[in-house]
Amino acid sequence: MDLYQELILEHSKRPFHTGLREGHQAEVHHVNPTCGDEVTLRVHLDGDGPHARLADISYEATGCSISTASTSMMAQEITGEEVAEAMQVHAGMKAMLTSKGEDPGDEEIIGDGVALAGVAKYPARVKCALLGWMALTDALAQAGVDPTALTATQGES
Amino acid sequence: MSPFTDEQLDAIRAQFPILARRVRDDKPLVYLDSGATSHKPLAVLDAERDFLTTANSAPHRGAHALSEEATEAYEEARETIAAFIGAEPNDVVFTKNATEALNLVAYAFSNAATSDLPGHERFALGEGDEVLVTEMEHHANLVPWQELCRRTGATLRWIGVTDEGRLDLTGLDELITERTKIVALTHVSNVLGTTNPVRQVADAAHAVGALVVLDACQSVPHRRVDVTELGVDFLAFSGHKVYGPSGIGILWGRHELLEAMPPFLTGGSMIELVRMEGSTYAPPPTRFEAGVPMTSQAIGLAAALRWVDDLGIESVRAHEDALTARLLDGLARRPWVRVVGPTDTTDRGGAVSFVVDGVHAHDVGQVLDDSGIAVRVGHHCAWPLHRRMEAAATARASFGVYNTAAEVDALLAALDRVPDIFGIETAGSSVDPDQVPTTKGA
Repeated sequence: MDLYQELILEHSKRPFHTGLREGHQAEVHHVNPTCGDEVTLRVHLDGDGPHARLADISYEATGCSISTASTSMMAQEITGEEVAEAMQVHAGMKAMLTSKGEDPGDEEIIGDGVALAGVAKYPARVKCALLGWMALTDALAQAGVDPTALTATQGES
Repeated sequence: MSPFTDEQLDAIRAQFPILARRVRDDKPLVYLDSGATSHKPLAVLDAERDFLTTANSAPHRGAHALSEEATEAYEEARETIAAFIGAEPNDVVFTKNATEALNLVAYAFSNAATSDLPGHERFALGEGDEVLVTEMEHHANLVPWQELCRRTGATLRWIGVTDEGRLDLTGLDELITERTKIVALTHVSNVLGTTNPVRQVADAAHAVGALVVLDACQSVPHRRVDVTELGVDFLAFSGHKVYGPSGIGILWGRHELLEAMPPFLTGGSMIELVRMEGSTYAPPPTRFEAGVPMTSQAIGLAAALRWVDDLGIESVRAHEDALTARLLDGLARRPWVRVVGPTDTTDRGGAVSFVVDGVHAHDVGQVLDDSGIAVRVGHHCAWPLHRRMEAAATARASFGVYNTAAEVDALLAALDRVPDIFGIETAGSSVDPDQVPTTKGA
C-alpha cells in the first residue's frame, strides 16, 4: 500500500522525542473524538515572540501509525528551530495534507513529512496527521506565542 | 447454516444497487458496516418515492384529499411498525432517531418536576435516586442519563463488563435497590455483539419498582423482538439500521407510562388546547410528535419492515449467525487477532470487533479499505467500554442480510495483509490466506 511508506512505519514504531519532560511553558491534551487518539504535548521555549526557539517538544501519544509518525516527524523537524520556522513547516504540512493529493510536499521545508503525502488522498485520515500539529499550535498559543499571526506574517514576506 | 440459497441471496442483493459499487481502484465493495447503517432496498426507496409523488402532504393537518391520504399512510406505517415488535400502534412514537427516542424518555423524567399531568409522579427523580446503566452502552444510552442525573441530582451507577464482554451480574442485588428508578441497557452491544439477559435484569428492576429502558438498535434488524416478551417499559430503535430511511426512529413505551409521561419537544400538533396563558397536551403518541412529522421516512420504515417480514426475521437471523460463526472461526485461526467480545455465537449478535496487537485499528481499517472492505474503526460511540476492554480503538465488522460467506472470506484474506505491511510477527499462527476456514455454523 502506497500510504504506509517505510518512513511512516519507522517513525510510528520508534517515535522521536517522546516522554514528558520538565521545564515547559505550556502543556495541552488533544484528542481525536472519532477514534480516541490522544496526545499530551509540552512546549519548552527559549526566549519570547516569533524568534523564540523550540528548545524541546515533549509528548506522550497513543494513536494510529499516521498520527504517531506525524507527531514524531514534527518533533524531529522543528526541535531546536525558531517558532517562525516551525510555523513554516506547519503551513507546508497542512497545505500538502489538505491538497487532496495535488501537493506532494516540499522536503526542504517539511523533511520526513513528505512521506505523509499519501494521507491527502484519504480525507478521514487528515485529522490523524494533524493531531500533533493541532496540539503544538495550541500549546504555543497558551505559552503566549500566537502561531496564526506568525503564519500570516510568513505568507506576506 | 444459511437458510438462503445462492440464488435467493443474489435476489436479495439485487435489491441493493449500491452493493454493485466498486471502490478503491475498481475493487468490489464488501460492505461490513451495517451496524453503523444498513443499505436500503429498492422497495423502501419505491415506497418513499410513491408517497412523495402521489400523496405528499402534511398528515394530521387540514382536510383536503392529499392530507387525508397522507394521514392514512402515516398511521398505517405506525401499525406496520408496531406489529413488527408486537406492540399496539398507539404505543409507538415516531422520533428523529433512536438517540432522540432515548432523550425523550430522559427528558420526561426531568420535566416531571414541573408537570401537572395525572400520574407524572411516576417520573419524579431527585437526590437519593439512582439511574443504573451498563458499561457497554453506546453513548446514546449513556450521556442522556449522565445529563439527567446532573440536572436532577440523581446518582448514575453502572453494571460492569467481564473480560469476555458479558454483563457482570454478580453484584446485581447491590446495584438494583429501592433507590433505583431507571435501568437503561442495550439489548445487543454494538461493539461486543453480546446479547444481554434483558428479562433477568428487567425482573430485578421491576421488583424494586424501577423502569427499564432498552436500546434495541442492534437487535431489531437482526432478530425477533417482541416488547411483551422482553418485559421492558421502553424500547428504542433507529430506522436506518433496519433497511429504512435515516431521520426516523422509534420509541415504544408501555401505554400507562406514555399516558402519564410529560412531553419532551413541544409545539404544533402535540397539543389539546392552546391559550395564551398555557396549553394542555394531546394523548400519546401525538403528545410526543411535535411539528410536521417525517412522513415519507415513516412510510419508508414500514416498507423496510414489510421487506424483512417477507424474508422472515428468523431466516435473517440464521443467515447472519452463519456469517458470524464463519468470521469468529476465521479470526480464531489468527492468534495475532484478538476478538473484543464473546468468541462464539452463544447469546451473540453479528457485530464482531477485533484488534491486531501492535497495529492501531485505524491502520487495520485502512488496509481493509484498500481491499474494498468497509468496516468501522474507532470506539464506535462506546468509549468507556473500550477503556474497560483495554483497547484504544477496535475494527468492527457487522452484518446485514445481504452479506455473503465469500465476503467474510474476503475480509479474512485482506486481514492477512496486515502483519506483512506493519511487520508484525505471526509466528506460531496458522495463517494461510489460501486456506478456506472450516466453519462451525455456516
